[in-house]
Amino acid sequence: MRKFILKRLGYAVLSLFLLSFTIFFFVRVTGDPTTLLVEPGASREDIAALQQQLGLDRPVWVQYGSFVSNLARGDFGRSFYYRTPVIELYLSRLPNSLLLAVAAMTFSLLIGIPSGILAAVRLNGVWDRGGKIFALLGLSMPQFWVGLLLILFFSVYLGWLPSSGSGTPLHVLMPAFALGWYFAAAHMRLTRSSMLEVLGSEYIKLARLKGLPEALVIGKHAFKNALIPVLTLAGINLVLMINIAVVVETVFAWPGVGRLLYEGIAFRDFPVVQATIVLGGAMIIVVNLVVDVLYAWIDPRIRLGR
Amino acid sequence: MANGRAATLTLPWRLPRFNIQGWPLIPIGILIVLALVAIFAELITPYNPEIGALGDRFRPPAWVAGGSDKHLLGTDHLGRDVLSRLIFGARVSMVVGFMAVIFAGFVGTFLGILSGYLGGWVDQVIMRVTDSWLALPGLTFAIFLAAIVGPSATNIVIVLALVFWTRYARVVRGEVLSLRERDYVRLAVVAGCSKWKIMQKHILPNVVNSAIVLATLQLGVVIVTEASLSFLGVGVPPPQPAWGLMLADGKKGLMAGYWWLTVFPGVCIMLLVLSANLIGDWLRVKFDPQLRQL
Repeated sequence: MRKFILKRLGYAVLSLFLLSFTIFFFVRVTGDPTTLLVEPGASREDIAALQQQLGLDRPVWVQYGSFVSNLARGDFGRSFYYRTPVIELYLSRLPNSLLLAVAAMTFSLLIGIPSGILAAVRLNGVWDRGGKIFALLGLSMPQFWVGLLLILFFSVYLGWLPSSGSGTPLHVLMPAFALGWYFAAAHMRLTRSSMLEVLGSEYIKLARLKGLPEALVIGKHAFKNALIPVLTLAGINLVLMINIAVVVETVFAWPGVGRLLYEGIAFRDFPVVQATIVLGGAMIIVVNLVVDVLYAWIDPRIRLGR
Repeated sequence: MANGRAATLTLPWRLPRFNIQGWPLIPIGILIVLALVAIFAELITPYNPEIGALGDRFRPPAWVAGGSDKHLLGTDHLGRDVLSRLIFGARVSMVVGFMAVIFAGFVGTFLGILSGYLGGWVDQVIMRVTDSWLALPGLTFAIFLAAIVGPSATNIVIVLALVFWTRYARVVRGEVLSLRERDYVRLAVVAGCSKWKIMQKHILPNVVNSAIVLATLQLGVVIVTEASLSFLGVGVPPPQPAWGLMLADGKKGLMAGYWWLTVFPGVCIMLLVLSANLIGDWLRVKFDPQLRQL
């Protein structure tokens, strides 16, 4: 077990290292980073000063070293627009992103799990077909378009919900739906296939042979076991939601991390863009590591397998 | 159509025998129509998609009160014809989408074969890069790259290819790992084929199917990503008519109730992506049942 954890930890550190290298590489390879890092309209003296300050006259490897050591210390530079350290900005937006992600996740699980189970229990029935269409639409409609349609219907025509901003529970409804539909579709598909697998297993046959009522077989024996992979995916998806909510947050002017990324692009605030990407990637690498270790801890076959 | 045997009458030429039973005809039809529209855009558009008449701003579609037959689907905030922009937008979306998928497919398949067949440090390097790149969500990574290289249609193709090749590399490598243990590959080694030749003649033809299935499934994701990039202002630059860009423009008129600027481009994206997904799902089941869990 310890060996497995160490190996997995090594991969995660390597991934983080490669991630930082990728980002460093792309920023440098596409030209002079000062053009990205300097504020638009800066004078020539300012640019020269920044070049010296960034140490761009030093060898590339030295530059990379200081880039990584800054990242490791949580120093992502200052935002041009807000004039504050980027990390503070990021952390101040994170709770909002988390709130939106949790709301979207709740919605996606409330829809995805029951409809997935119904689809598996009544295979090819009305629920199964309806669920398939729901899932297909969720996977095919761009999230921001769903958001725009919701605004059009619920804000412009009906006037029921606020079209943008945050603060009240009503504000979170539409963005959560727009963000959650795609994931509801994914969770539904996984619940269905996982449930089908469990229903075909020996212990379910035994439960039926014992003469247990079907509701108990499904509700007690099948449901709990089928839920394990779905909840794992949900855990990973929660972190993913925080990081891909950028379009939804832009549509609804939701003050989360994604909106910060959008502002970073719109104001040419490169330190902000870089920080959101690095932190997002790091978050996902860590979560994948945790999930892998937890799985190995629960299931010895995984840690002994390779 | 259903029973080919009944057609015993002799024709001067031989019709190709396609059994189209079970084919997703509607999605294929939609894709063909969109492709034709994109190819012949100049011939069918009533107006120049990039030039509008400011006197004709925010005209609603023809069937709504206030609309006119001159602009079937209405006009936008610069008085540009929505239908014409949609038609040219099909060209942008399809060209960018297909190019990116093909480009990513080539790079990913090539690296996947190298990684799977050569093994050793080559495998380690390629797979570790793949892992760390897969850690970034496609959209965020694309936004980052697009923000660096700046908006243009060509740049977007490169960015999308850079983001999405990793999926191919993963799948193809997995296939190659089992292919290289097959007898015909081992015999080729014994017969003295070079590694390069084996990869080219014996491995590549056997992974092409999976790569094509994956490409079809990726097409939808890539098109949505392109639309999102354009919507955020780092994709196709204005005044080019891209669907994502039209939605960004449409958002300005949303609160005023100019619904046609939001509904129509979105419907186009949805139709294209839905068709690609349905065809991809069908191909996956047809070609490669093992790919199902992807």
